[in-house]
Amino acid sequence: MADTESTTASMSHAPVSDVRNEVKKPKKKKVLLMGKSGSGKSSMRSIIFSNYIARDTRRLGATIDIDLSHVKFLGNLTLNLWDCGGQEAFTENYLTQQRVHVFSNVGVLIYVFDIESRDVDRDMATYVSIISALTQYSPTAKVYVLIHKMDLITMHAREAVFVDRVRLVQQKTSEYTQAAGIAGEVDLIPFATSIWDQSLYKAWASIIHDLVPNLSVIESQLGSLGTIIEAEEMLLFERTSFLVVSSWTSEEGQHNPTGDRQERMSNILKHFKQSISRFTGTPRNAEQFTLMEHKAGTRFSMFVCKFTTNTYLMVVLPPGEARFNSARFNCEIARESFKFLDGAASGPAQGQRT
Amino acid sequence: MTSRLRGRHVFGAQNDERSVQAEENAPTPAQLNLTRLFEQNQERQQKNMAAKATEQPSDGQAKGKPRLLLMGQRRSGKSSISSVVFHKLPPSETLFLESTARIQKDQLPSFMDFQVWDFPGQIDIFENPTFDMDAMFGEIGALIWVIDAQDDYMEAVARLNITILNLQQTYPNIKIEVFIHKVDGLSDDYKLDIQRDITIRIQDELSDHGFENAPVTFHLTSIYNHSIFEAFSKVIQKLIPRLGILEAMLTNLCRTCRFEKAYLFDVTSKIYIATDSAPADMTSYEICSDYIDVIIDVTEVYGSWPRSDNYRGALEASPWSQKIEDQVASNWAESCIVLSDGNKPIILREVDKYLALVAIMKEDSYDKMPLVNMNVEVIVQGLKEFFDITKPK
Ligand SMILES: Nc1nc2c(ncn2[C@@H]2O[C@H](COP(=O)(O)OP(=O)(O)OP(=O)(O)O)[C@@H](O)[C@H]2O)c(=O)[nH]1
Ligand SMILES: Nc1nc2c(ncn2[C@@H]2O[C@H](COP(=O)(O)OP(=O)(O)OP(=O)(O)O)[C@@H](O)[C@H]2O)c(=O)[nH]1
Ligand SMILES: [Mg+2]
Ligand SMILES: [Mg+2]
Repeated sequence: MADTESTTASMSHAPVSDVRNEVKKPKKKKVLLMGKSGSGKSSMRSIIFSNYIARDTRRLGATIDIDLSHVKFLGNLTLNLWDCGGQEAFTENYLTQQRVHVFSNVGVLIYVFDIESRDVDRDMATYVSIISALTQYSPTAKVYVLIHKMDLITMHAREAVFVDRVRLVQQKTSEYTQAAGIAGEVDLIPFATSIWDQSLYKAWASIIHDLVPNLSVIESQLGSLGTIIEAEEMLLFERTSFLVVSSWTSEEGQHNPTGDRQERMSNILKHFKQSISRFTGTPRNAEQFTLMEHKAGTRFSMFVCKFTTNTYLMVVLPPGEARFNSARFNCEIARESFKFLDGAASGPAQGQRT
Repeated sequence: MTSRLRGRHVFGAQNDERSVQAEENAPTPAQLNLTRLFEQNQERQQKNMAAKATEQPSDGQAKGKPRLLLMGQRRSGKSSISSVVFHKLPPSETLFLESTARIQKDQLPSFMDFQVWDFPGQIDIFENPTFDMDAMFGEIGALIWVIDAQDDYMEAVARLNITILNLQQTYPNIKIEVFIHKVDGLSDDYKLDIQRDITIRIQDELSDHGFENAPVTFHLTSIYNHSIFEAFSKVIQKLIPRLGILEAMLTNLCRTCRFEKAYLFDVTSKIYIATDSAPADMTSYEICSDYIDVIIDVTEVYGSWPRSDNYRGALEASPWSQKIEDQVASNWAESCIVLSDGNKPIILREVDKYLALVAIMKEDSYDKMPLVNMNVEVIVQGLKEFFDITKPK
C-alpha cells in the first residue's frame, strides 16, 4: 500500500519567523469528492468531519447534486468539500453544463470506487471522463483513488484485490493521458479503505497532510520538544476530526512494529469521544476530554492533552514518574510556541455546512 | 508476565526478543476477528459433518469450577452471546455463525475459572439417555435460558418450564437465569410487556406444580449494546462467595474518596463482578467498560514491543541515575481521563492479572488525585487479600 512511515522531521532552512507568518495566511482548498452513487462518499465525510459513527451512515440518503461544506482545519486552512452526488444524471451534468464550475481550481480530487460494484467497466468509463475534465481545467490537482468498502472482501484476498483494482485504474488513466497527448503521468495516490476500521483515517490523514501548509515547521518543533522530554513518539491531532496532522518518532520509537498505529490512535480516541458524549449527553462535536494519562508500570507511559485551541497532543514516554511529570510540564510551556497553529482566526475548527 | 493493561516486559531479556517480535507482527484485532470468524466457520462445518448422536460431555478436570450453561431454542442467540461476550466477536458478524451441532465447551481463564457450555438448540437433554445429568448439573453455577423476544416464544417458555420442573427435583440449587434476548429494536413498553407475560407464564406453571419461590431471574438482553454484559455481570456476581464484602469495600472507597461510582471489572470479558451500593446505571458501566478498551488498545500498540539494551542504559543514566524499576511509582497500570463536562475524572487501576478497578469521580476533583491514589492503593490490597482467601483450594 502506498505510503511511508513518517520519519524524523528535516530542519527547514528558512528563518522560522518568516515561515510562521506564511503558516498564518488563510488557505482555501477545493476538494472534489466523486465516484458512483452509493460508493460511500458522504459516509466517509460524515465520519471524518461530523463525528458520525459507522453505523449511522446507513441512514444517509443519496446526495442530490452537490453538497458543499466548508471545513475549517487548524484555523488557517479551509477545505471546500464538494461532495458530488454520484447518480448518473448528476455526473452527466458535471461533465457538461457545470464542467467549468465543477472542475476549475481543484486542489484535490478524491475518487471513490466501491469494491463491490458489479459494473467495473462502466465505473472506469465514468472515472476516465472525470479525469479528462479535471486535467483540462485543473491540471495540477492531486488525485487520490480510494478503493472503498474493503471490509466486504475476505481478509486473505484484500491485498490482491486491492492491487489488482489499482492496477486497472492506473492502466485506464495512462491509456487516457497517452491518447489525449498529455505530457507526463497523472499522479495517482491509492488507498484501500473501509468505514469499519482505521484505514479511513490513514487515507484522510495523508490527504490532509498534503494540504496543511508548511508542516515541516511544525514537525521540527515537535522534534525539538520530543528530544527534550525523551519522548518515544508524539502525535498531533486536529481536535474535531482527530486526524493526525503531524507526528514525530524517536530513533528507538521507530522500531515499533505496529505500522498502522497513527490511524489506530485516531480511531480509538475518536470512538471514545463518542462514548463520552453518550455518557455526558453533550453533543458529539463538542470537546469531550481535556487530559488522559496512562502509566503502564515499567513498560511505558503516555498522555493525551488539549494542546492549542485546535489540537490535541499525544506523548508516549518510557516509564518513570519524574520523567512523566517533567514532560507534562514541558508540554505546557511549549504550548505557547505552537499557538501559531491556530492561525489568525483562532475560532473553533468545526465542520460547518452551508 | 503480560498484562492487557500494561503490556509485556519491554525492557526485558534479549533472548525473549525474537518470539515477542514474531507475535507482534501478528495481525491487528480487526484482522484477527475476521480470521477467527473464518476458521470458526470452517471448524463448525467440519464438526457439523462429524456430528454424532453421542453428545456426552466428559471433563474430569473441570471439577469445582462454576459452569454457565447456555440453553434455549435454535437461533435464539446462544452462540452469538458466547462469541460476543467471551471472544470479542463484533455483534454484526454473528450473522455468519452456523447452527451449533454439539455442545461447545469454553474454559475461560479469568478471576474465577469458569466454564461456558453452549448447547445446540435442537437437543432435548431429558429425552436423550446418553446425557449424564450429574456430570452436567453437579458442578453447575447457573443455567441461562435464552428466549428470542423477536420470535414467537410459546414453545421456548414451555420447554423452559419442563426443564425447570425436571431440575428442581434433583438439583434445587441451580440458579435459572432467563435472558429475554434480541430486545434491540423493540420499544420500551413492548419489552416490559413481554417480560411481564413470560414471567407470569413461568411462575403460574411452577406454582401449579407446587414450587412457589423457584430461583428464576429475568434479564432483557441484546448483543448490540452493553445489556448482555450487564446481564452476565449479575449472573456471575451470584456465584461469588461473600460478594457482600466486596461491595462493602467498594462502597467504603466511594465514601472516603467521594466517587460517584466504582466498578470492579474482569478485564478480558468486561463483566463487572462487583460495584458499590449506589444504583448501577447502564451509562456509567458503559463509559468505564469503553475506557478499559481504550487502555487495552493503547497498551497493545506501545507496551508490547521490546526496547533495546542501549536505550535502557541511556534511560537509566544521568540525570535520572536510577534503574527503570526504581523510577516508576507503581508496578501496576494506573490511568485517568478528565472529561470536559464538569472536569470529571475517571480513574482506572489494575488490581491483578485479571481484575481492574474503574471509578467515576466527582466534578473538579483531579487535584485530589494523590490522596485518591493512596486510598485506592489500600482498597486494592484489600481486594487482593479477598481473592486470595476466597480462592478455591
Ligand atoms: N460495507 C461498507 N459499507 C459502506 C462503507 N462506506 C459506506 N458504506 C455504505 O454505503 C451506503 C451508501 O453510502 P453513501 O455515503 O450515502 O454513498 P454516496 O457515495 O454518498 O452516494 P451518493 O450520494 O448517491 O453519490 C451507506 O449505506 C453506507 O453505510 C464501507 O466502507 N463498507
Ligand atoms: N437482533 C439481534 N439478533 C441477534 C442477537 N443475538 C443473536 N442474534 C442473531 O440470531 C441469529 C442466531 O444466532 P445463534 O447465536 O447462531 O443462535 P443459537 O441459539 O446459537 O442457535 P443454535 O446453535 O442453532 O441453537 C444470528 O443471526 C444472530 O445474528 C441480538 O441480540 N439481537
Ligand atoms: Mg452522498
Ligand atoms: Mg449455537
